[in-house]
Amino acid sequence: MGSLLQIVFDALALGSLYALAALGIALIFGVMRLVNFAHGDVIAFSVFALLWPSVDAVAIVFAGNLPWFLLIPFALAIGAGLSVLSEIVVFRRFRRANPATMMIASFALGFVIRYFLLMLFSSRPKSISLLPALSQPVEIFGARIPLLQLITIVVTIAVLFGLIAFLRRTRFGLEMRAAAENFTMARMLGVRANRVIMGAFALSGALAAAIALILGSQTGTANIMMGANVMLMAFIATVIGGMGSLAGAVLAGFLLGAVATVMQVILPPDARAFRDAFVYGAVILVLIFRPQGLLSARGTKERV
Amino acid sequence: MSLSVARRTIATPVFLGLLLVAFALVALAVGSKPFNQTIIDIFLKVIFVVGLWVFIGNSGVISFGHTAFACLGGYVAAWTTIKPMMKGMSMPGLPDWLMQTEIPFWASAVVAAGWAALWALIFGSVLMRLSGIAASIATFAMLAMVNSIYSNWDSVTAATSSVVGIPIVRSIWPYLIAALIAVFAAWAYGISRHGLALRAARDEPTAAAASGIDIPAARLIAFVISGAIMGMGGALYAHSIGIVTPDTFYLGLAFITLSMLVVGGMGSLSGAVLGVLILSSLIQILRWLEAGVDIGTTTFALPGGVQEIALGAVMILILMFRPAGIMGNRDLSLPRKAASEPEGLKGPKT
Repeated sequence: MGSLLQIVFDALALGSLYALAALGIALIFGVMRLVNFAHGDVIAFSVFALLWPSVDAVAIVFAGNLPWFLLIPFALAIGAGLSVLSEIVVFRRFRRANPATMMIASFALGFVIRYFLLMLFSSRPKSISLLPALSQPVEIFGARIPLLQLITIVVTIAVLFGLIAFLRRTRFGLEMRAAAENFTMARMLGVRANRVIMGAFALSGALAAAIALILGSQTGTANIMMGANVMLMAFIATVIGGMGSLAGAVLAGFLLGAVATVMQVILPPDARAFRDAFVYGAVILVLIFRPQGLLSARGTKERV
Repeated sequence: MSLSVARRTIATPVFLGLLLVAFALVALAVGSKPFNQTIIDIFLKVIFVVGLWVFIGNSGVISFGHTAFACLGGYVAAWTTIKPMMKGMSMPGLPDWLMQTEIPFWASAVVAAGWAALWALIFGSVLMRLSGIAASIATFAMLAMVNSIYSNWDSVTAATSSVVGIPIVRSIWPYLIAALIAVFAAWAYGISRHGLALRAARDEPTAAAASGIDIPAARLIAFVISGAIMGMGGALYAHSIGIVTPDTFYLGLAFITLSMLVVGGMGSLSGAVLGVLILSSLIQILRWLEAGVDIGTTTFALPGGVQEIALGAVMILILMFRPAGIMGNRDLSLPRKAASEPEGLKGPKT
C-alpha cells in the first residue's frame, strides 16, 4: 500500500513538472504559433539569477537567501521578465515569419542565453541549497513523501485552477483565448495583439521560473543544461496533447510523468537506464496512431 | 528532359566543388597543422550540412534529429576500426564477429552510411507521416532517444565516457573527396524525379498531392539519403579526432549545422555549402579574437562562450533581415551566359 502510494505520488510530482512546462510551451504556441526552444534556458536562467556570477563549484547564493515569500515572487518576476524581454527584442520582429523560421530563431536565442550563463558561471554544475526546509519527508498513509513533492503537486493543481479561472473569467483571458482561436479575427475585433502576446510570454516565463524553483530545490544543483530535459518532455507533451490545446498539454504532461515513473518500476534493473529511450519510443508509437495528438485543438489543422 | 536539367544545373556542384578544392589548396599552401585540422573540420561540416539540406531543403520540414545519424555513423567507425584488443577493454559487449573486425577508414565510412541509412529508413517510415512542427519535434525526440541509448548502453558504447583508439586520418584529401561526394549526391538527388517531386510538395502540398505525389514516400527517400550522408560524415568525424562520445553528436552539433544551413539559405544547395564556409570563417575569426584579447589582459581570461553568443546573435539577425538566408533560394550558376542564351531562361528556374 505504502509503496503503491509512493509510486502514485512520484508519478504525480513528475507529471506536474512536465505539465507546468508543457503549459508554458502551449501558451505561447497558442497565440503565435511559436515553438519556443528558449524555454529550457529561461528555466536555467531563473535559477542562476538567484546566484552571484562565479565559476566556483559552490554557488555564491545571492538572492537565493531571501525568505521564501520574497524569493518566490523574485524568481517568478525574473522568469517573466526574461521571457517578455525575449519577446520584445527578438520575437516581435518575427510576427509575419513562418513557424519554422521562428522556431529556429528561438533555438538560437536559447543558445545565446545558455552560453551567456556559461560565460558567467562555467558549465560545471553547482550545488545550491534552495528552500532546504522542503526536503523533509512527511508521512501519509504509511508512505514517506518528501514535502517538496507534495507542494509541487499542490502548486501545479493551484496553478491549473488559477489559469482556468484567469482564462475563463477575466477579460484578458478571454482575449487570449480568442487570439489562440483565430488571431487575425481577434485583432479585427479589437484585441490588442502585442498585449496578449506579451501576457502569454509573461505567464510562460513565470511558469518556467516555478519549474526552476522546484527543480533547484529537488536536485540541489544548478546546471546550465537543467532545463533541457524538462523542455524536451514538454515539447513531446504538447505534440501528444495536440498542438495548441492547453488541456491536452497538461493531460499529456501528467501522462508522460506517469509512464516514466511506471517504467522506472516495472523495467528490469538492466533496462532502467534506458527509461527515457522507452518513453520516447512510446511517444513515437502514440504519434503513429494519433498524429494529430490526443486532444487536437481547433484551428491548428492545416487548411487548404 | 532530365538530361537537360542536369546540363542546366551542373554548374552549381562544379562551382561548389571548385570552391572546396580551393580551400584544400589553401590548407596545403599554409601547411600548418592546426590550420589543416580547421579545413578538415570545414569539410566535415560541409558533409553534415549538405546531408541536412537533402532532407530539410527539399522537404521544408525542419529536422533537429539528423545528428543522431552522425552519432550512429561515428560509433560504426569505433566498432569497426579500433584494434580488437582495445575494443575488448572499452566495449566488451560487442558480438564476436564485430570484435574481430578491423577495416580501413574508408570502408568504415561506407558501412556507417549504410547503417545510418537503415535506421533512417526505420525511423523515417514512422516520422514521415507527421508534418510541420510535430515532425520537427518528433525528430528531436529521435535524437534524444538515440543519445539516451548510446549514453547508457555501457557494454557496446562505453556509455558517456569517450571511446578512444579510432585510427586518426590527418590527410585532408579523404575529407575533401567525401565532401565532394556529398555535394554531387545532393545535387543529383535534387534534380532527380524524387527530388523535384519533394520540392513541389514543399511549395504546394495540396497541388502536389493532387498530382499523384505520395508525400510521405517522397520525404522518406530524402530522409534515407540524408541519413546516409550524415552517417558517412559521422564516421569521418570520428576518424578526424580519434574519439567519440555520445555528446559529440548532440545538441551542440545539431545547432551549429542547422545554423549554417539557415544562414546560408536552406532553399538551395549553394546556400548549404556557403553557409558552412561563411560561419566557419566567422567562428575562426572569433576564436582568434578570443585568443588575442586574452594575451593583453592581466588575469581576466575572456570566457568561453562569446563565440557561441555571437553565432546565435548573427543567426537571429540573419533570420530577421534575410529569412531565406544569404543565398535566398538561388543557386550559384553561370549567371550572364545563361541569360544571354535565348532558351536559357524560358523554363522555370530550379
